[in-house]
Amino acid sequence: MELKKTALTHIHEQLGAKMVPFAGYSMPVRYTSDMEEHKTVREGVGVFDVSHMGEFMVTGPGAEALLQQVTSNDVSKLVDNQAQYSCLPNDQGGIVDDLIVYRFNAEKYMLVVNASNIEKDWNWIMQFADGREGVNMENISDEISLFAVQGPKAVEVLQKLTDIDLSTIKFYHFIEGSFAGVDEVIISGTGYTGSGGFELYVPNAVAEEVWKKIFEAGKDYGIKPIGLGARDTLRLEMGFCLYGNDIDDTTSPLEARLGWITKFNKEFTNSEKLKEQKEAGITRQLSGFKMVDKGIPRQGYDITDAEGNIIGKVTSGTMSPSLGYGIGMGYIKKEFTAPGTEIFIAVRNRQLRAEVEKAPFYKAQ
Amino acid sequence: MNLPKELKYTKDHEWVRIDGNVATVGITDFAQRELGDIVYVEIETEGDEVEEGEVFGTVEAVKTVSDLFMPLSGTISEVNEALEGEPELVNTDPYGQGWMIKIEVADESAADNLLSADEYAEVIGQ
Repeated sequence: MELKKTALTHIHEQLGAKMVPFAGYSMPVRYTSDMEEHKTVREGVGVFDVSHMGEFMVTGPGAEALLQQVTSNDVSKLVDNQAQYSCLPNDQGGIVDDLIVYRFNAEKYMLVVNASNIEKDWNWIMQFADGREGVNMENISDEISLFAVQGPKAVEVLQKLTDIDLSTIKFYHFIEGSFAGVDEVIISGTGYTGSGGFELYVPNAVAEEVWKKIFEAGKDYGIKPIGLGARDTLRLEMGFCLYGNDIDDTTSPLEARLGWITKFNKEFTNSEKLKEQKEAGITRQLSGFKMVDKGIPRQGYDITDAEGNIIGKVTSGTMSPSLGYGIGMGYIKKEFTAPGTEIFIAVRNRQLRAEVEKAPFYKAQ
Repeated sequence: MNLPKELKYTKDHEWVRIDGNVATVGITDFAQRELGDIVYVEIETEGDEVEEGEVFGTVEAVKTVSDLFMPLSGTISEVNEALEGEPELVNTDPYGQGWMIKIEVADESAADNLLSADEYAEVIGQ
């Protein structure tokens, strides 16, 4: 299968990025060094091309009711120009995808979904949208580019390109307006790094122009393009879930510590069963841990107790570039999930000592 | 891509410098680029006799882990201790300070089966 390109693929290649297939797209995994790119976002400003992400518009008087049905968080809590992290529960106790819901107004929403799940999500939501009155869905994924400009210096750099006072856009809020000479750019106070900044939704036709202007504006700030490699280490230092690793069709939002976006004051797909699970109590829980012994946890490694009994499995793991030791997450038997509990990670033929720790692992200075 | 002519190579992206019956081994410039930042080199086979093709250690990058394979049968006579504190030497100087092990080679003629720089260049599509 031919890999899809974003509007910026040729630029990444010119920059000498290592390109890898990801969710059907050819995407930059790193330009120079994972460590350096990671550090750039933590201390300065970096730009990710995440145009592979999917966007669906949901419009009409029935839009809110549809979203209340398919998402686990409470859409009625949103005001105009606010966004919300949420998930699409399936009817088997698992998660179809995690996503962000943007409210433009009471009859206009945008859903931002994972690239690898665009078709799955579309078909899933359509089951509930079909035959419903007053709601229209449109998949605009192939028309929109998405840049995440992240880091403590992001606001200062981006402010040079717009008259909108960016300091007024709070976390998980957004404004649609003129940016870098382009009208109707969505400037969103989101990102998945824990270092602040914005995400910009831009029409493909002007994506290259906007990308170049951002780099010009950031030249004196040491701005750099950042690959998916650093994106993964940044999100993992914050303990953020990655669909496909930490959550999937078989993991319950309650097990994944996504109870805070699972609102039982409304009915939604599988809410009855999830409510029962909440009342009965879960038996395993997605938990963060840090390595005490030298070693790096990786997806799929067994987690054991001191006697070597398997008590869980690693879903994400890495060397933390900010902290200098191995960190990870995994589903662990509930009785071993209290912070400070000693656990062991089976790294090749050895049992390496680790300790349960509450995320985020990295705390901004 | 840096591929010194005087070295021999393997399909597993290792380089070998032959000096009498001693072979010095590391990973290639191509390999370190593919792996990214190397944060940990684990070799616990010093003094062991290891067969060609068997694993003698592992190299951990930020994003991935990869086994290291013996290019030639023999006894691992030395491990580069500098990598303990500075694993990034594998990235910055793969053919020099980033070397990994020295092997007392069991059969010197086996080195004839290793790849030349040109042959290895073909393997990695250069």
